[in-house]
Formats: sequence, C-alpha cells, structure tokens
Amino acid sequence: MSTAAARGPDRACEPFERVVDAHGATVLRVVRAVLGPGTDADDAWSETFLAALRAWPDLPAGANVEAWLVTIAHRKAVDVTRGRVRRAVPVADLPEPSGGPGRPSGWPGAVGDVVGSVAHVHTLDLVAAVAALPRRQREAVAYHHLAGLPHAEVAVLLGSTPAAVRRAAADGVAALRRTTSLER
Amino acid sequence: MTNTTRTSAPDDPAAALLTEAYAVAPDDLDRLRRRLAREAERGDLLDVAIRTVDSPVGALLLAATEAGVVRVAFSGEGFDAVQSELAERVSPRVLVAPRRLDAAARQLDDYFGGRRRHFEVPLDWRLATGYRGEVLHHLATDVPYGGTASYAALAARTSSPRAVRAVGTACATNPLPLLVPCHRVVRSDGSAGRYRGGPDAKALLLALESRV
Repeated sequence: MSTAAARGPDRACEPFERVVDAHGATVLRVVRAVLGPGTDADDAWSETFLAALRAWPDLPAGANVEAWLVTIAHRKAVDVTRGRVRRAVPVADLPEPSGGPGRPSGWPGAVGDVVGSVAHVHTLDLVAAVAALPRRQREAVAYHHLAGLPHAEVAVLLGSTPAAVRRAAADGVAALRRTTSLER
Repeated sequence: MTNTTRTSAPDDPAAALLTEAYAVAPDDLDRLRRRLAREAERGDLLDVAIRTVDSPVGALLLAATEAGVVRVAFSGEGFDAVQSELAERVSPRVLVAPRRLDAAARQLDDYFGGRRRHFEVPLDWRLATGYRGEVLHHLATDVPYGGTASYAALAARTSSPRAVRAVGTACATNPLPLLVPCHRVVRSDGSAGRYRGGPDAKALLLALESRV
C-alpha cells in the first residue's frame, strides 16, 4: 500500500471513487462506441479502471484525468479486440453473448443491448452507424467527439497525425450524417 | 448531459447527439462499479474500502483497509471531506466496496438494536497515532458498555496522567467513534462534553447503553 509519506505533494490525492464518479460514464460511452455496447465494452471499462486504480497514486497532480483514462481505455480496447481475435473459436461453442445469439458481442449485433435503456430509433440508428464505420474513423469519432480530446491528442493515442485524425473524424461524422439522423 | 468535463467545443453538435445515443443507464454503471470493487480487492488494489450505513445517529461512513476498520464518520463531518482525508492520510485508492465492511455494519446494527455490547472487528489504528492512540487504546478496553469515565480518570490511566486536555482532544478526534467508545467519556461534573457526532448523538448512545 502506498502511504502518504511515500507520495510527494505533486501526486494526485483525490479518492479514486471520485474519479469513477466523474468519468465512469464518459469512459463507458467511449468504449461502447469503439467496441459496440456489450460485454467487450464492459471488459474494456473494467480493465481501464483497474489499471487506472493501480497507477492512480503516482499520477502527477494537475494531469488531465479524463484524457489519461481515455488513453488507457484505448489500449484496453485494442487488447480486448486482440483477445477476441485469439479466441476466434466457433461461435456456437461460446455461451450465448449478451449481444444476441450467433454473433460475437460488441459488434453491430450487440446494438440490441441498448434497446432497453434507450428505446429510441434514432439512437439505435446512430449506434449501429458508428459500429459500421471503419475502425480508425470510429476511434477518431469516439476519442474526439465523445471524449472531447483535441485532434492532436487523439493523434498521439493512435500513432497518427493531427491532420489524419481530423480527416478520419470528419469522414466518420459525414458517414454518420449520410446514414442517420445525426443532422437534425 | 453528465458531470464530465469536456475539452471539445461545446457547440459540437455531433458530440451532443453521440453522447445522447450512448446514454449510460445507471444500472449498467453500478454493475461495473461493483465488478471493479471485486476485482480491485482480488488484485490487492483496494487500499481503502468505504460504504455508508444508516443508524439512529444518522448516516455513517465506514472505511476499512486490509488491516481493519480505519475510520467511522458521522454525516456532520462531511463524507466528501472524510474521503479526502482518507486519500491523503491512508491511500488515494479509495473505492466504495461494501463487502469488506459487512461485519462492521452488521455489528453496528446489532449494537443499535441493543443486541450487542462490544465489537469484534479488526481495527486499523493508523489514524490514531502517538498519545491519542494511547488514550483510545485505554478507552477501547477500560470503559465497558453502560459505564462512563471522566476525561481526568481516563488521563490517569495513561503515561501522561495529567494531560486531561489532550485526552479531550483524543476523544474529540477519535477516528473510530462507536467502535472505540469515546461517547463514554464525560466531564467530571457529569455533563456530556464534546463529541464528534454532536451532543445529541452522544446523549442517544449513553441512553441506549443505560437501558438494561
């Protein structure tokens, strides 16, 4: 256990509970946008906050906590996706995923997960349309528009350039506009 | 929208619609938070578990490290402030995780129901150091249920028998009220004296314990 004596005054000292309070919902929206609502997003959220809890006592004071969390969430989302590829066993052998029978959860089929909470046709349109975007566009949309990170920070996150991120986000939003009621 | 800080332009219409489309049901977040608490405990990352319980003296915040209960707080102290104090003095790895405090919560419930006279939960004394800790240790063992002691009598049992004032401070800043019964320490003239939970709480506890 880290103690107050071991931490400098320049370290974050907020109770972690407050971090979950302030950013839990945003991080869940972001991983749901990237992975689709479902168990993959749940796993990424849990892994993100567990890793953040581990590192929390050493985070420098004044750090942008939400940007830090989104950075972790991106890595965890990549891990979850890799894990899914590795576990690419026949779907019939898996316990039924919450996203619906016969499909890996977290992809367009998992959109059904949100029916209960937001029974709203436009919402479903939009969630399905985000899921249908190419991964880079989906990430750019999630990290820039949902998490609110500037293009330059998203570029660092994705190992890309600000211009490329700007383009991916714009292309993504344009595609969403074409296929949904994003423009109202 | 929610309580998040946005760094993107507030007039980003895509952000507003996406945030709405990915609305998070409170149940989903609660479920994930419970899972986080479980996994944190398993991974030895739950430095401070907290939960609240209701009681006849108002809501109480309970906090426990792996060693035991480290803090009991009255709502008048401000639970937010108490969480900050725990983060600074124990560890910032503070999470709501009721399970670690199940036994303490149950025993407090029994105590208020008149079914329990002393507590049997491990205590973590790290917030009661030095002379204050010495005073509270005496208090925990020397003043039984239903009894009272004066500040002077308690001081007399310690290594500084005349430090009556310091004993008063130790009781007033007891990090483990109820479990360490500082409510049983009263003024020599019989009046109740200061209490972290307020005078009404102290009177209620003394009345509770005076019932046969």
